Amino acid sequence: MNVNYIWYFLTFLTLVSAIMVVVVRNPIHSVLYLILTFFCISAHYVLLNAQFLAAVNVIVYAGAIMVLFLFVIMFLNLREYTAESKTNLVKLGAAVLGGVLLVIIVAALRSMQIEPLNKATYNSQVGMVESLGKVLFRDYLLPFELITVLFFVAMVGAVMLGKRETGERNF
Amino acid sequence: MQLTNRSKKIDKREMTLAERLYIPAVTKGLAITISHFFRKKPTIQYPEQKRYLGPIFRGQHILKRDEQGRERCTACGLCAVACPAEAISMVSAERKKGEEHLYREEKYAAVYEVNQLRCIFCGLCEEACPKEAIYLQHDKFLPAFTERDEVIWGKDKLVENMDNRYLREGWK
Amino acid sequence: MDSTVFIVRSIIIFVIFGITLLIATYSTYAERKVAAFLQDRLGPNRAGPFGIWQPLADAVKMFTKEEFIPAQANKWLFIAGPCFAMLTALMASAVIPFGDTVQYEGQFIAVQGIDINIGILWIFGIVSLGVYGVMIGGWASNNKFSLLGAIRAASQNISYELAMGLSIIAILMMSGSLSLRDMVNQQATPFLGVSGLNWNIFYQPVGFIIFLTCAFAECNRTPFDLPECETELVGGYHTEYSSMKLGFYLFAEYINMFVSSAVISALYFGGFNFPGQAWVASLLPAGALGHNLLTSIGVVVFFGKIFFFIFFYMWVRWTLPRFRYDQLMNLGWKTLIPLAILNIVVTGAGLLFDFKPATWLIVIFVVVLAVISAAQPRKTMRPQQSTV
Ligand code: SF4
Ligand code: SF4
Repeated sequence: MNVNYIWYFLTFLTLVSAIMVVVVRNPIHSVLYLILTFFCISAHYVLLNAQFLAAVNVIVYAGAIMVLFLFVIMFLNLREYTAESKTNLVKLGAAVLGGVLLVIIVAALRSMQIEPLNKATYNSQVGMVESLGKVLFRDYLLPFELITVLFFVAMVGAVMLGKRETGERNF
Repeated sequence: MQLTNRSKKIDKREMTLAERLYIPAVTKGLAITISHFFRKKPTIQYPEQKRYLGPIFRGQHILKRDEQGRERCTACGLCAVACPAEAISMVSAERKKGEEHLYREEKYAAVYEVNQLRCIFCGLCEEACPKEAIYLQHDKFLPAFTERDEVIWGKDKLVENMDNRYLREGWK
Repeated sequence: MDSTVFIVRSIIIFVIFGITLLIATYSTYAERKVAAFLQDRLGPNRAGPFGIWQPLADAVKMFTKEEFIPAQANKWLFIAGPCFAMLTALMASAVIPFGDTVQYEGQFIAVQGIDINIGILWIFGIVSLGVYGVMIGGWASNNKFSLLGAIRAASQNISYELAMGLSIIAILMMSGSLSLRDMVNQQATPFLGVSGLNWNIFYQPVGFIIFLTCAFAECNRTPFDLPECETELVGGYHTEYSSMKLGFYLFAEYINMFVSSAVISALYFGGFNFPGQAWVASLLPAGALGHNLLTSIGVVVFFGKIFFFIFFYMWVRWTLPRFRYDQLMNLGWKTLIPLAILNIVVTGAGLLFDFKPATWLIVIFVVVLAVISAAQPRKTMRPQQSTV
């Protein structure tokens, strides 16, 4: 079977579900489409032979973060969704911002050069967890540790915010 | 006041770390349940095995015949009067010539019905009967019914079968 | 891949699929039997000898019941919920190594659906997706009880997934691989001449307890079955479900139970390895036949372990009462996660100083503390609950 066709199909599915995230009115459906998008992206990772990234993408994004999204929306959206009307100023601002973002992306893509695949030096195991770990803990150790510090700070902040103060009732 | 000495005093003191680990308590609980797993089961497989209900159990009604196979009931209606649930109704008739081998008394119940949905199996009909005609059998349950017309028990179901007579302990 | 390997592979996949379903079916029967025996009853014994056709009778009952969709429900999602639950439940058993290799015409074929090198992550991913079935179904029912059940399921799964992942990291550190097959094979090496003493349970007692607790929570089994807590939520997320859609939810639960039992036995109890393996291997004839025989003994042993854990699930279900929701959350976040982090740190230190059973130190420490605290006089009154 030709892998290209799978790639085309997956890309099509990714784009369609990504567009649906924005288009559908019901927030729950939106979230479900977003989950589908993440799945397709994971499938792309598998096609690139990066199974670890695929699995972690599913676990972290589809498995944890989106569950939280869904969780929050389920709490909020007990009634039918009513679209609030937006003022013209907001619409204009959104259009300008979106346009600028599009221009930036296009400019970035234009200046980017994709190196052709070098069959001699290409290593099919590059996406495996071993090589990923080596890169992460040798070449990018400092950024990696900084990210952990950032997460730690964020976690402490979340705990502080969520902590019950004396005399406060939480339910 | 203490009725039994089975009540347990609740320990309201703070739990120690050993207790707060819960693992010893959970293991203890698991040991108790698994000991039940291997215990002999007291189940009686009902339709195949029946347990003896005692000599005075009040089960399905029966209209007795006497030794010559004649119906004992004389349709006096005392059972219907005694019945707290008003479950019994009957129509009396006079015995014709040539029917002496069927009915013991000159008057008999042409129709005798017990509404089994109303009956509470109190046994008052049995006590009220002067002719010792109606009894509640001590060894037979009323079968379950699923249709409304199975509820009213007529004479066809109530009158004793001479081939399979109902005997109580102490009658023999 | 030549055709014989392909055929044997597909046979293995189909057999695994069928066995998963069969075991889930008979788990429903086993659950009722075990419940009955633990409660001094006999359980179902009318359909066939000892009631072994009971699952078939149940299936017929499930299929012939009325298919009901509430008028206000979101129809597609209402149907998608149980399908999703079933799908995710069935996907996980693909990577479980049920046995060693089968030798066939000189080739070694693993008794496993697929041997990917991220097996344990695959299972984690699938398990974390399992909650969607519950959430979607609960929300789509348009019923407050269902919604509450779904929300409980979501928060519970997320909380316990963390502790579960952390407890496994300690094992990953020891084995240095994410592949379940590698982990199982590493436990095969004998220790002091006895194979079986090298199982991870002997190195990771704390991790095992954390993992076991989390597995109960992930499968929504008592004492953590709050998403379907009858006393509070009618039926929880499947309140509105009937017929085979309900059957799918219940079935998915049993499949999850099977998968988690398999993972527990593979991670902590040596998978298809068994004590005295080398001795048995020396008795068997050499060559392909002996190898295949040894593999099949291993598969049987593995299933024995799985059945024990399924039994354990049921045993616990009929022993422990249900947690209260805040107790559940406290246990997950304030006990299990810190303990799991401690476990990782101690395991890491143990690996650094080449002392593998380091986590026993935690056990010893806790036991000593417990003994000391038990010896001390108690405080007279329990402090009042500060909440509310
Ligand atoms: S047993 Fe009691 S209730 Fe039943 S028919 Fe006799 S008197 Fe009436
Ligand atoms: S059963 Fe007894 S009490 Fe009732 S009508 Fe007949 S004779 Fe009278």
